[in-house]
Amino acid sequence: MKIHEHQAKQILDKFDVPVPRGQECFSIDEAVAIAQKLGGSVWVVKAQIHAGGRGKGGGVKVARSIEDVKNFSKQILGMQLKTHQTGPSGQKVGRLLVEEGVEIAQEYYLGIVVDRVTQKVCIMGSSEGGMEIEKVAEESPDKIHKVFIDPSQGLEQAQGLELLENIGIPKEALPEGEKILQNLYQCYWACDASLTEINPLVLTKNGTIIALDAKMNFDDNAMGRQEVIKNMRDLAEEDQAEIEASKHDLSYIALDGNIGCLVNGAGLAMATMDTIKLFGAEPANFLDVGGGATPEKVTEAFKLMLKNPNLKAILVNIFGGIMQCDVIASGVVVAAKQVDLSVPLVVRMKGTNEDLGKQILADSGLPIISADNMSDAAQKVVHAIRG
Amino acid sequence: MAILINKNTRVMTQGITGKTGQFHTRLSREYANGVEGYVAGVHPKKSGQEFEGIPIYGTVTEAKKQTQANVSVIYVPPMAAAAAIIEAVEADLDLVICITEGIPVKDMIVVRERMRQINNKTLLLGPNCPGVITPDEIKIGIMPGHIHKKGPIGVVSRSGTLTYEAVGQLTELGLGQSTAVGIGGDPVNGLKHVDILKLFNDDPYTEAVVMIGEIGGSDEEIAAEWAKTNMTKPIVGFIAGVTAPPGKRMGHAGAIIAGGKGTAEEKLSVMESCNIKTTRNPAEMGKLLKSVL
Repeated sequence: MKIHEHQAKQILDKFDVPVPRGQECFSIDEAVAIAQKLGGSVWVVKAQIHAGGRGKGGGVKVARSIEDVKNFSKQILGMQLKTHQTGPSGQKVGRLLVEEGVEIAQEYYLGIVVDRVTQKVCIMGSSEGGMEIEKVAEESPDKIHKVFIDPSQGLEQAQGLELLENIGIPKEALPEGEKILQNLYQCYWACDASLTEINPLVLTKNGTIIALDAKMNFDDNAMGRQEVIKNMRDLAEEDQAEIEASKHDLSYIALDGNIGCLVNGAGLAMATMDTIKLFGAEPANFLDVGGGATPEKVTEAFKLMLKNPNLKAILVNIFGGIMQCDVIASGVVVAAKQVDLSVPLVVRMKGTNEDLGKQILADSGLPIISADNMSDAAQKVVHAIRG
Repeated sequence: MAILINKNTRVMTQGITGKTGQFHTRLSREYANGVEGYVAGVHPKKSGQEFEGIPIYGTVTEAKKQTQANVSVIYVPPMAAAAAIIEAVEADLDLVICITEGIPVKDMIVVRERMRQINNKTLLLGPNCPGVITPDEIKIGIMPGHIHKKGPIGVVSRSGTLTYEAVGQLTELGLGQSTAVGIGGDPVNGLKHVDILKLFNDDPYTEAVVMIGEIGGSDEEIAAEWAKTNMTKPIVGFIAGVTAPPGKRMGHAGAIIAGGKGTAEEKLSVMESCNIKTTRNPAEMGKLLKSVL
């Protein structure tokens, strides 16, 4: 689960990680009021969307007067912000963060993730603050420093100091930096985060350290025990079809192609998408109906796929294991009739009661194209969209 | 011969009284030596009761003591699963198989650290996996037993239905399986591709291996690098997710391309450079394996 920058900063603040003073808002008037209340002479107006690269896309502006705050807020609120993470259509900006300006002496990068190889939490630091860390990793991997943490020990002081020293935090700021790093790790661990990124972490001209930007993602599996964070979810930032799918216990991701896929199992669903591509077309979605593909779930899955205006055909690929093919076939027939299916439907079914399932499809009177294996199914569905 | 489990394996089920635990214990018992193999259930509050003739004990240690069970399969709900794994590891079983999906990553990090500290013989398979089957001997998990056939091919995969797909193709071509292992789709788990390859390499009955991976992490690359210098048997591979977009979790918690890493193309190219034959067509996994025998 993702949250907004201003929400991440609220959480950090609770864990005593210093962040600029500021507040989120939804209108120009509010933005101006916040700037006036903050005082000072420099403010930052930041678009709040769940994607990185906002600055480059014009979603972050430094204001040197209240008039600026007003103008920038007007520009940014409601804009379709395009970044390398939003996709070509961009994301509409519905809220802003207005913050006090910070006098930057030096910028650094801090990130916390789970390292799958060591199976430990890994804190990464770099002197290259403000840059995309993927780029730094590619171009100058020696500039990324890492420490790995044993959960029972926590982050040890020596580890923290070494990391901060390695990324170039000046000696006089090290004790404060170490305290902040400790708090940052505690925050990550206590909140079931899956990613925490402070980019940049800033050394101010006064010699203090502050998290100028903040990004936090969380482990979906743990949200049951993170009530406060769970409530920070902003549905407006998420794909509406994916939200609808999750209500029916379907795992759905919209893609750019035109062949809808309905599959049981995540690995097989990906493999089905890959096979479609192998035969020259593009999948319209990833859709895993899971273990229990009931007629209701299949119907909902069909409805979801049919909402996509680009959809030209559907490929159903089911490996009936514990689930029986005849049960799934009945589900497909009921669903196809209920949604008044208007695009070609190719069904490949394998496993328990396969013949019975095929018979049900054939007897349904629906123009269902039956396929024997995944290659055959992909070729037939690609052929169907080409006429 | 086979790896991990065979007809002499004795299994206890943690979470035997839940809906999923009941359903799959029943099906597993019906397969091959399941009746002799499934000897105990564990439930902290239902000690002394039984499930369809299988005695239930209050703890894993008690179940082991009373029945000599050496393997546990776990179906307990996600928030209690980590504690169940630790209990089974502390009881020094040979193998713990965790089927449960949805365990928080943080809990698994704690489990893995605890396992490093205990440092005993116990192996963990999963979580979020279909389990493991040695055809005609014993089935521990949620896979459909009847698609399998006894034979010399090892199968290892991160995904459930994609494993069944590979097994189905092998069986259709008359190629039976020594053992089929689902290692699961979570980012922090127990046995990995490389561990299973090592076991297949040492198993005299296994002649070749199908290794199926998916996007995310670097398990497949690590296994391929190991196999390049150590594996004496042919391996063929498939990686799901060539078309998966970066930054999106494709169903499995571990199936995500993060920071440009863990792409299918990268994995396929490393595997090929390590002399593992790969296919881009999942319908041809079986045929490809046949071609290397």
